[in-house]
Amino acid sequence: MKRPFEEMVVQHGPTVLRVCRAVLARPDADDAWSETFLAALRAYPDLPETANVKAWLITIAHHKAIDALRAQSRRAVPVAEIAESSFTTDAWEPSDQILWAALRALPTKQRQAVAYHYLAGLPYAEVATIIGGSTDAARRAANDGIRNLRRSYHNSDQLVSHEGTQS
Amino acid sequence: MINSPDSMFAPMIADEAQTMTRLRDQLAAGAEAGELLDVAYTTVDSPVGTLLLAATDQGLVRVAYELENHDQVLQALADRVSPRLLRAPRRLDQVAWQLAEYFERQRRDFVLPLDFRLSHGFRRQVLARLVMIDYGRTETYLQVAAATGHPRAVRAVGSACATNPLPVIVPCHRVLRSDGKLGGYVGGLDNKAALLALEAGN
Repeated sequence: MKRPFEEMVVQHGPTVLRVCRAVLARPDADDAWSETFLAALRAYPDLPETANVKAWLITIAHHKAIDALRAQSRRAVPVAEIAESSFTTDAWEPSDQILWAALRALPTKQRQAVAYHYLAGLPYAEVATIIGGSTDAARRAANDGIRNLRRSYHNSDQLVSHEGTQS
Repeated sequence: MINSPDSMFAPMIADEAQTMTRLRDQLAAGAEAGELLDVAYTTVDSPVGTLLLAATDQGLVRVAYELENHDQVLQALADRVSPRLLRAPRRLDQVAWQLAEYFERQRRDFVLPLDFRLSHGFRRQVLARLVMIDYGRTETYLQVAAATGHPRAVRAVGSACATNPLPVIVPCHRVLRSDGKLGGYVGGLDNKAALLALEAGN
């Protein structure tokens, strides 16, 4: 008995959006979300009923993001520079810009590991399946990523206002 | 201090709800354009409660009262038609419009493509008969049975009405018991009475 696809969108849509935005700048992130869910809708009837739908969606989003980064690099500058420069022109989320910017400035593996583990909530074994390498390597990448994020985040003036929005 | 990464990420997307609404609309449009939308549905408010409307590319396939439990109705559509099912109101615009006119007494007949795939055999024959009962008129279960050529199949007519996948549009509410009592109704007897009163101009 397969759940209606609408439920997958409602249940996992926001998580996939966070992951896309962690890995890509807007509007590429939103495009990646749309492409992910269209591809998922196409393949959904053939997905085994026992499959972990969230991990499956994140895997598709991972590939769509890689496609988008490749397309970016074809359009202009190398990918590494895009990660540094794209956020500076972002007009959205002024209050969270620094966190997003810091996240997207992380090295690719760290960024992916943080996004898939902390934003999507996937266990490290599944993160490793998506990004390649061992479970331990995925854990290390996520830990390194969080450490780097804390460093850049704590240096920012945004910290206090974020604490104000907690709880 | 922010200690847990979870709390660090908690405020990340302030406009998440609006963004999700926009992306879901885009997804529905993209699915329609890509012929991936096997079942589109929406819900509309009406004098007989919230109605769920669902359509395939062939036409309106399901109208459901709240009494039928909309979650269960959607799951049944996923099982029996396709799990490629999205809330996509645009495909139902015509249906919603004609229903609104009907409830305002501005419309007596529905002119809509209907998909009868959820109904089979004798039950489908009964539905075909029901659409011939005019607005504001009623027939008995017995008359409907006779009209289908199976005068003794009164109970079967009753169960065809009880399982009508397209209530309101296919007017099973216009079928009454021979003694004048309402009989049953998939949407509840109050709603059957309300539709009959509406059509009688009361």
